Amino acid sequence: MDPTILAAAAINGLLLGGMYTLVASGLTLIYGVLHIINFAHGSMLMLAMFGVFYLLTKFGIDPYLSMLVMVPAMYGLGYAIYKGVIGRLSSGRDENILLITLGLSILIENIALMLFKGDSRTISVSYSDTMIELGPTLVPLPKLISFAVAMLLCAALALFIQRTDTGRAIRAVAKERVGARLVGIDVDRIFAISYGIGLATLGAAACLLMPIFYVSPTIGHVFVLVAFTVVVLGGMGSFLGAVVGGMIVGLTESFGGLFLGESLGQIGISLIFILILLLRPSGLFGARR
Amino acid sequence: MTSHSRITRRSILKAGAAGAVLGVPGLSLAQAKSIKVGLLHPVSGALAYSGGQSRLGGMLAIDEINASGGIKSMGGAKLEALLGDSQSRPEVGVSEVERMQQEGVAAYVGCFASGIALPATQAAAKYNTPFLIDVGVSDALVSRGLKNVFRLAPGNGKCVDDAFAGLAEVNKTAGGLAKTAVIVHEDSEFGTSTAKLLSAKLSGIGLEVKEVLKHATPTRDFTNLVLRIKAIKPDIVIMSNYQNEYVLIARTIYQQKVDLAGMFSVLGGGFNYKLVKEQPEVAQYMMDFNHWYNPKNPKALDMRKRVEAKDNLFTFEVYCTYNSVKLFADALENAKSADKEKVIAALEVSTWADHFMPYGPTKFVNGQNQGGRAALLQASRTDIDVVWPNEFAAVKPVFPRPKFS
Amino acid sequence: MNSQLQPVPWKLHLAVLAAALAFPFVFPSNFAVNFGVLALFYAFIGQSWNMAGGFAGQLSFGHVAFFGAGAYASTILQLRFGMSPWAGLPAAALAGALVGGVIAVLSFRAGLRGSYFALITLAFAEVLRIIANSTDLTGGGLGMLIPMKAGAANFQFAERSGFYYLILLLTLLSVALAEWLRRSRFGARLAAIRENEESAMALGINVFAEKVRVMLLSGALCGVGGCFFAQYFLYIDPTIVFGVDKSVEMLLVSIIGGAGTVYGPLIGAVLLALASEGTRAITQVPGLSLVLYGALLVLIIAYLPNGLIDLFKRRPQPRKETR
Repeated sequence: MDPTILAAAAINGLLLGGMYTLVASGLTLIYGVLHIINFAHGSMLMLAMFGVFYLLTKFGIDPYLSMLVMVPAMYGLGYAIYKGVIGRLSSGRDENILLITLGLSILIENIALMLFKGDSRTISVSYSDTMIELGPTLVPLPKLISFAVAMLLCAALALFIQRTDTGRAIRAVAKERVGARLVGIDVDRIFAISYGIGLATLGAAACLLMPIFYVSPTIGHVFVLVAFTVVVLGGMGSFLGAVVGGMIVGLTESFGGLFLGESLGQIGISLIFILILLLRPSGLFGARR
Repeated sequence: MTSHSRITRRSILKAGAAGAVLGVPGLSLAQAKSIKVGLLHPVSGALAYSGGQSRLGGMLAIDEINASGGIKSMGGAKLEALLGDSQSRPEVGVSEVERMQQEGVAAYVGCFASGIALPATQAAAKYNTPFLIDVGVSDALVSRGLKNVFRLAPGNGKCVDDAFAGLAEVNKTAGGLAKTAVIVHEDSEFGTSTAKLLSAKLSGIGLEVKEVLKHATPTRDFTNLVLRIKAIKPDIVIMSNYQNEYVLIARTIYQQKVDLAGMFSVLGGGFNYKLVKEQPEVAQYMMDFNHWYNPKNPKALDMRKRVEAKDNLFTFEVYCTYNSVKLFADALENAKSADKEKVIAALEVSTWADHFMPYGPTKFVNGQNQGGRAALLQASRTDIDVVWPNEFAAVKPVFPRPKFS
Repeated sequence: MNSQLQPVPWKLHLAVLAAALAFPFVFPSNFAVNFGVLALFYAFIGQSWNMAGGFAGQLSFGHVAFFGAGAYASTILQLRFGMSPWAGLPAAALAGALVGGVIAVLSFRAGLRGSYFALITLAFAEVLRIIANSTDLTGGGLGMLIPMKAGAANFQFAERSGFYYLILLLTLLSVALAEWLRRSRFGARLAAIRENEESAMALGINVFAEKVRVMLLSGALCGVGGCFFAQYFLYIDPTIVFGVDKSVEMLLVSIIGGAGTVYGPLIGAVLLALASEGTRAITQVPGLSLVLYGALLVLIIAYLPNGLIDLFKRRPQPRKETR
């Protein structure tokens, strides 16, 4: 195989991985802290992407600029959803939370369908199709930007978790819920904050994905399984894991597509998922549970 | 009217409402002079947009027919729409067929997707209720020997045959410059069957298929696939896939500046006015073999204006369903009755020409309208034009398309 | 989970049986019978999930893997090898059990539990879907169309009621199995595993073997469901029979009805089928019916966390577990 093609596939895989890291970073935080599989993650991403779409088409706000709006807005939404719905209705049982997030995702997707209709929408900004030469291949500028921001975002989140008081509280709750409560941490508030941050990252992800992608009420499904794979591979609760996991999944998908075709090649992602779970379920960087 | 019969009627109403869900026999109220048309489409789920457009077309037809006096040979009987949502799932489609049957439907129009239409038409066959397929292209739909199934638009096989004829002619006019092709298709029934038909016969018109590239629905990234195309350097690419992937591939080809003589698709999912509106640079010069209206027919142009005035796009789902409903209305006129046998008999010998499709008068053989055909369309930065066949074309095709450099 | 329930009185079993038998006579329309078939179908595959997920506490998100295995096994034997479609039932059971066994052995050997187990089953189902989409044996993306040939010998009943009574029989079988599970020592061991695996091990239970056993049983039943589905709708493709939707439906009907109970899946299936039909009957605004459906789900889970079965039992409210 021609080395330029391999190089191109590798670069493409890394950039793809950046997109996945973006979506997975919130999921890994939510899982790491609340120990819930957030089925609503995909539909929240969808909501955020519609937000970016309408901010551009109705108010002319550039998608990258609208991060200033989307990130806090999604944080607020996440906090509210946790406090108002998940925290209140789950009576504390894990499988119930799972089902509630599932019910929520059905609700949200179909409300979006009613409001926004079913068609897929794309946006076109001046830099949508600007291509940058990177070695043997041309890459779209938005993909490079989203990769860079994904790395920055994970670094920022990791710093936040390590250095701030809230971050320490989050780590405490993630590690030992009862103990955290005993030392006076308001566990419920930490849950809400974590869910909020998780959704805030989706706000950022949406801004970065819209120039590359499209939005429709069912777009969540397109990313959810991959995001879970990245989180499990990287280790639940680890941002470094989200980065490394994203890269690995992106590269696997890219090379899988190259060698097996874009249909069978998708099997690579699921196989990685299975292998990691069989061999090292806590993931590459996750804490052993 | 004695109080006795009033009470009786009210209790029938109540019992009817309760029984309506589970179908206690004989309690549905007979509506005088109203013929129920079941519009069964996936208006939620993955195919929601297409389903919504189909339903729009059906409703427009029903409203129009009623506004102009209903079915004249039946004393002005009006059509009544029974709306059904298959939720993009076959089981739900079947349930909706049964529910509408319960409500006394005279004919079904649906289902946009072949995978839903297959079991739905079978369910309807039990009652011999006419089922007019608006968009599903699977040829299996009209080859099971079901007497109740009729399809106005062309099936897969015919669309591909039209694609050959069109490709051959466009290529010939350009001096036969295209010699190699790459086929890209999505991996479910629609893409696979179309690609199979294509690759079997392309060599017959002087095009060598260099490679067939298959992809999943959904797929998030096509860079590798497009780079592969770039490496193969075919003269043309022919796609068969659904909207989102179609748009992503088109964009990636544009971004990677892959030089091609032409980008074609057969029943391209993403080739529509929305693509032209949202991504004019990408859409420009792309070509698609698809269901389309006759651009020389003033009725079509008028309807397009009306639909766009309401902020909707005039996509093929709209007028395929619209015309299927009108076909049914024509059969009613000829049969002078909504009786299923009579309507089916009327459809079998139908020679309806008042559609604005490039079909000519209808002629059904085994349920398939022989005149149904696809047209070759090309997008410009502002619109979509029919470029073949010549009797319907207003514009000449741009082939080869300009290079990116 | 419902670990301490009064035994189901035999009078109740009889009443349910009588009602189910009488249903096609009281509501003979095809619409109603189809509704009945679908409700029982989901009850049946829900019950198969319930055995592993409810009784043994192994929540799987990829049960559709067994379903699809059964659907394809029976259809392939019928279409490619000319076997009688009725032979598809045992073939599907075998296929489902085989896939269940493989997944169980791999996952449990690796010590996977809880959400990890749920996720790996999801991944296995996805792998099977992709494989089914890429091989000629299964027809790949084209799917498999079973030719219409009405007749009981062809497993294509001319009257819907034929399918109804068959699925009723299967559902009764599954209920009987569930009842047996509840009363038997095997079931008791599973309950111990569900409550606390370490304690179960301390009690001398071979946790691995028991979990594999229940997955074999669960897989077999689910596979049979796949065969029935194929014969009822006469068309299968990888998305329909290996798609995640069915996995979700199976666990939904069980958990909503009451996981780990004998009648939970049946209650859940009937309710969700009614909800699905009902929401579609009252509105034709696109998506609104599903919004109502999703809202219903959230409310039931919120206020009846043990499932609807709570409505039928007099029991103390579940303690709010400390988190």
